[in-house]
Amino acid sequence: MLEIRNLHAAIDGKEILKGINLTVNKGEVHAIMGPNGSGKSTLAKVLAGHPDYEVTAGEVLYEGRNLLEMSPDERAREGVFMAFQYPIEVPGVSNAQFLRLAYNEKQKHLALEELDPLEFKDLLKERAKVVEMDASFMTRSVNQGFSGGEKKRNEILQMAVLEPKLAILDETDSGLDIDALRIVAGGVNQLQGPENAIIVVTHYQRLLNYIVPDYVHVLADGQIAREGGKELALELEEKGYDWIKAQMHESGSTVVPAN
Amino acid sequence: MVSEVVKRQNKYQAAFEALKSRKPTAAWIELVRDSAMDRFESLGFPTVAEEEWKYTNLAELSKQHFNPASSHEGNDYKAAQFSFPETANSHIVLVNGNFRRDLSTTEKLGGVVVLDLLDAIANASYSKVVREYLARNASYHDRGLTALNTAFLESGVFVLVPRNVELESPLQITFVADSLYGNTANFPRVLLVAEENSSLKLVERFVSAGQQATFTNAVVEIVLLDGARLKHDRLQQEGPQAFHIATTAAELGHGSSYNTTAVNLGAKLARHDISVVMNHEGAECWVDGLYVVGSSQHSDTHSVIDHKQPNCNSHQLYKGILDDNGRAVFNGKIFVREGAQKTDAMQTNKNLLLSPRARVDTKPQLEIYADDVKCAHGAAVGQIDQEELFYLATRGINPALGKSLLTYGFAEEVIGKIGLDSIRAQLDQAVLSQIHTELGPQADVSDML
Repeated sequence: MLEIRNLHAAIDGKEILKGINLTVNKGEVHAIMGPNGSGKSTLAKVLAGHPDYEVTAGEVLYEGRNLLEMSPDERAREGVFMAFQYPIEVPGVSNAQFLRLAYNEKQKHLALEELDPLEFKDLLKERAKVVEMDASFMTRSVNQGFSGGEKKRNEILQMAVLEPKLAILDETDSGLDIDALRIVAGGVNQLQGPENAIIVVTHYQRLLNYIVPDYVHVLADGQIAREGGKELALELEEKGYDWIKAQMHESGSTVVPAN
Repeated sequence: MVSEVVKRQNKYQAAFEALKSRKPTAAWIELVRDSAMDRFESLGFPTVAEEEWKYTNLAELSKQHFNPASSHEGNDYKAAQFSFPETANSHIVLVNGNFRRDLSTTEKLGGVVVLDLLDAIANASYSKVVREYLARNASYHDRGLTALNTAFLESGVFVLVPRNVELESPLQITFVADSLYGNTANFPRVLLVAEENSSLKLVERFVSAGQQATFTNAVVEIVLLDGARLKHDRLQQEGPQAFHIATTAAELGHGSSYNTTAVNLGAKLARHDISVVMNHEGAECWVDGLYVVGSSQHSDTHSVIDHKQPNCNSHQLYKGILDDNGRAVFNGKIFVREGAQKTDAMQTNKNLLLSPRARVDTKPQLEIYADDVKCAHGAAVGQIDQEELFYLATRGINPALGKSLLTYGFAEEVIGKIGLDSIRAQLDQAVLSQIHTELGPQADVSDML
């Protein structure tokens, strides 16, 4: 589904990603971990198409197509979704209006049926259960006045409505208490299936107790420093990131395969 | 006395002479008109040399010839095209300032009195109240344009909401600027008096008919007596050939409440002066507005909120959306007079620039002469936020649509304050079409889930 080859990316002339290689197949859950500044959020933003980041080398294929040539909104309509670490507030636009607009833009793009407000209301009602959100959130402005946890749940609600093929969750666990974490992770798990894939970007192992990855990739200094299964996350939790950094120095910055 | 030497060239003199040949319903009105014409001849049109008109140039307006619409002539309209479902049976139509009884529907006015202003003057029951309040809050002594309006006082609307009367249906007054017979000047005048503990919802709507240039110079005076409540929505939707000048002057009684939302969409050049004088304790006002300017439009709002007595609250939110080479001015003064303790005054002006060629001049001002008050004001000028656009893009919304959505959201904070559902829905579309975009039919989300 997604193939990242030797991806280099920079912001304001400063190179952040220094040759990322990653393959994600449908049905898989991948975790991207790493210390602050390792480039994991940059990777998420580059995949979503943030205009501030410049891809300086490499390529990204999404379902065999050049993802980097697609505009951010086209990527979204083609099924790429990013849950933001800091979701943006959209004053004056209700959650329901916003979601229907986004949903219908995608449907139109895929030559599928658009829904009128009444039909959409039924769909929204159904999907809202995934993140245990009540009706009052639908008439409120998008993310405005939402708590940190509510914003993250709202991101997952958007994911539930848009049904992406590839969902990238950027630090979705940050700022969540344990109850919100459980709800958010539970929502993601309900949406995961054999036809889609999820990339979970996280600093901490905590979220991975709930969303269990098939593969864990550890970034350090813009490269994948280590790869493994879900047990790698536990090892990191125990030893911390300094251990990876130390190994990188010893091996001269090449990827260290997992045991 | 004004000597002939200082009298300026007056394009309106001939029309005024014609007006004088038609006798008004009361002699004192003639004196008021003469005196106002004297003031206009002395003051003339304001110029950019005056601080209050620094950014709004009326040179084109003052040089152009407009024929004051003097009789009840004009097109016949389907008045229903101007009203809203909520106001279909409580709709007053003025064409070029003249009360058109034939176009007005007054079935649902309860105990509220609505008359042609000149008829009210001739009516023994109302002449006293008209005489007491007319030209009291919109003084013509120092304002040339108000003087010009007053000089041409020949019709207009008098609204009296008697004591304790609460009208459920909103009352709409539509002002049609009709240029069917060429360039037209019109001078609509409204006097609204809400007596003790009465309540009214008023919708003012300014529209154009015909393709020629029009000059609207409207004066609306509002008097709220003790405990009266007025919800006042004002829609300015005149055509692209229109010059729109308007004054709204309100005086608030003890414990009264005035809640107004002014939406300025139309006209080539629009200037709205709104003043709220809080003469008595315990009054509260909301003076909100939205101006949207597109190609070659100019909109100027001058607001004065005057706290003269203690324990009054005022809230003000004005927003502007500027596209293309549109220009706007917001000047908001809040006075807190000596002794007006426990005043709570809040003023905000926010502007969204959609084009690098658009320009806004904003000047919120607070003048405080009391020491136990809570006052805050601020102004902001910004553009569409790129991070917000990116967020929308990651949900499949292209930048053009995203821009519309964010603009709509920006306007919604003010439009949402309007009392009538059907006006809100229409304005959402109007705002979007003004910035050349459409969102498609919006979901009515009020009953979502």
